Amino acid sequence: MKPPVDLDAPPAPDADTLAADPSVENPVAGIDQAVGDFQYDVKYEFDAGSGLNENVIRYISDVKKEADWILDFRLKAYQTFLDKPMPTHWATKDLENINFDKIRYYLAQGQKPKRTWEAQFDSEAAYSNVKDIVAKQGVIFCNSTEALREHPEIFRKWFGKVIPTGDNKFSALNSAVFSGGSFIYVPKGVKVAMPLQAYFRINAENFGQFERTLIIADEGAEVTYMEGCTAPKFSTSTLHSAVVELVALKGAKIQYITVQNWAPNVFNLVTKRAIAMEDAEVKWIDCNIGSRLTMKYPGVVLKGKRARGEVVSIALANDGQHQDTGAKMIHAADDTTSLIVSKSISVGQGRATYRGVVHIPKHLKGCKNNTECDALLINTNSRTDTYPAIVVRGDSHAVQHEASVSKVSEDMIFYMQQRGLTEAQAMSLAVNGFVNDLVRQFPMEYSVELKRLIDLEMEGSVG
Amino acid sequence: MSSLEIRSLHVALASTPDKPIVKGLDLTIRSGEVHAIMGPNGTGKSTLSKAIAGHPDYVITSGDVLLDGKSILEMEPDERARAGLFLAFQYPSEIPGVSIANFLRAAVQARMAEGEELDATAYYKRLYSKMDLLKIDRKFTSRSVNEGFSGGEKKRCEILQMAMLEPKFSLMDETDSGLDIDALRIVAEGVNTLKGGELGVLLITHYQRLLNYIVPDFVHVMYDGRIVKSGDKSLALELEAKGYDWVKNELAAAAVA
Repeated sequence: MKPPVDLDAPPAPDADTLAADPSVENPVAGIDQAVGDFQYDVKYEFDAGSGLNENVIRYISDVKKEADWILDFRLKAYQTFLDKPMPTHWATKDLENINFDKIRYYLAQGQKPKRTWEAQFDSEAAYSNVKDIVAKQGVIFCNSTEALREHPEIFRKWFGKVIPTGDNKFSALNSAVFSGGSFIYVPKGVKVAMPLQAYFRINAENFGQFERTLIIADEGAEVTYMEGCTAPKFSTSTLHSAVVELVALKGAKIQYITVQNWAPNVFNLVTKRAIAMEDAEVKWIDCNIGSRLTMKYPGVVLKGKRARGEVVSIALANDGQHQDTGAKMIHAADDTTSLIVSKSISVGQGRATYRGVVHIPKHLKGCKNNTECDALLINTNSRTDTYPAIVVRGDSHAVQHEASVSKVSEDMIFYMQQRGLTEAQAMSLAVNGFVNDLVRQFPMEYSVELKRLIDLEMEGSVG
Repeated sequence: MSSLEIRSLHVALASTPDKPIVKGLDLTIRSGEVHAIMGPNGTGKSTLSKAIAGHPDYVITSGDVLLDGKSILEMEPDERARAGLFLAFQYPSEIPGVSIANFLRAAVQARMAEGEELDATAYYKRLYSKMDLLKIDRKFTSRSVNEGFSGGEKKRCEILQMAMLEPKFSLMDETDSGLDIDALRIVAEGVNTLKGGELGVLLITHYQRLLNYIVPDFVHVMYDGRIVKSGDKSLALELEAKGYDWVKNELAAAAVA
């Protein structure tokens, strides 16, 4: 999960705000120490205080010097947020424990960035080095605040179109208070050779992070985006509620990779969806480690003929954690293909839930879906549930669903211990083996990072 | 010269500690020696090997096991393994998604001092030389540990691990079970290649046939949780000819006398 480090590159002159300890040249080095459990001492120049009301939204919009239409968009979204009930009729009641009045919705430090890699500590992110390189190909890569200012015509065309404000309570909340996140536009036919990366971190107590990411790959374009997320452990719970929209125009390819390692008291409620036009391909690779509750179902709307969507998901639910993850594949054109591979690991009292939606309407022809859900249980108290909702109408489609549950047995652990591995090493190896076929699809540095995070989690789970 | 001393060992299942399975067993194995323990089913042979290795299902109610004079009973199973004890399992576990090469690499790494990095090139060189020695195909180690293996492949995988981890003592639990005669010969060849020198072997077997291929220095007959008779390799042949009833009857006669 290490962003590229180039200490000699000039700082970006244009990111609007950034929160970082200037004395730490490469804070990522610190992430190797533990489960991201450290905090930067930062003085915030802009602070919207705790709780949410119209004035907070106006304050955010004002600090960011936004156009009127954005403020209107935010205020409408806020109303939608208030009107929408919590989705507790199908999801966990734990959502009711989020105290929206205690959350701090905007924190930023009015400083020029001192670092040279892409990071978002609090409400804002910096984009500097990579963006200059890809700019030579005409690629726009910046934070969403800047994009709204500099490229409103492209941004506005797709903003909120893949995920409407009212999609769910948390997409509405994000639409009201969003800050930061990435904006990427890849022009027609441009293939971005290097993966674009961002790193998000919650660095202040009670702080909610609401980044907004929009990626548009124009016709025939190709891009890979990787994000990493961490938060140190604060005594009170924290909210991360992002909205990520991807647009793959005709023949475009987008690959979006997430490796998140949230502290065990983060509510991680993220809406991610892509739209894939004719012959386009979108692949979500999503690794969920940590958090108190994660609810995330990356989706692809297969809008054009022969479009292809894929979700590869790994979730590790340790003691006291609930990973409620899955995928949505909405087929909306002929000969579209979708693939869902989900692997979850439940440790101790950890709970993993898979929710999947596959929708193929009657009037379409030649659609295919393949869904595979595998769950691994470590120790008898853990829980795993699978809720696949597959609606297929019409008679020319091919749909396949496979699910399995396996256990790491005491005998397997003893076998490995007998070869000299400690109990934690043995469990870690069993988990890594379970996800191995998926991890092989990751870029090298991310697969190494994931293996290390699994090692850390398993170390902590052995008494 | 190393030694493994089993002293008046009593073992029970952890769930039923008042029902002893091994009831006072004494045995000393030294480097380079091959001891065979034979006996009818249910006399506690497998329990003995698992208890020595530290399996959590078993509890040692009295007695001691000393490796080079030091008790290992307070040690975790992995510490015992790193101290030089190897158990070749009767039913080795499958580890899906973990290749033999990676598994062994983790096991070798676990034996190194903290901060010491494994030299991957040297590791593979050693792995391949052991595989050549045991006549194992190179493709074998890219397969997941024991997953979908035949009985013979599982046992070869155990022998390869033993070769790589170079234990002081190897407890081989029913290594011949489930093997046809060709597989048995291959496994026996592997053990013969490794035995002698520094390695001490405790061979647990129900049948005499394995001892046609691996010739023991000592043969012990185990019955009802104890060793009731010891001798050289000729004892195994005698048992084969007369059956276990011979030992039982002899014991009964001794009890009467």
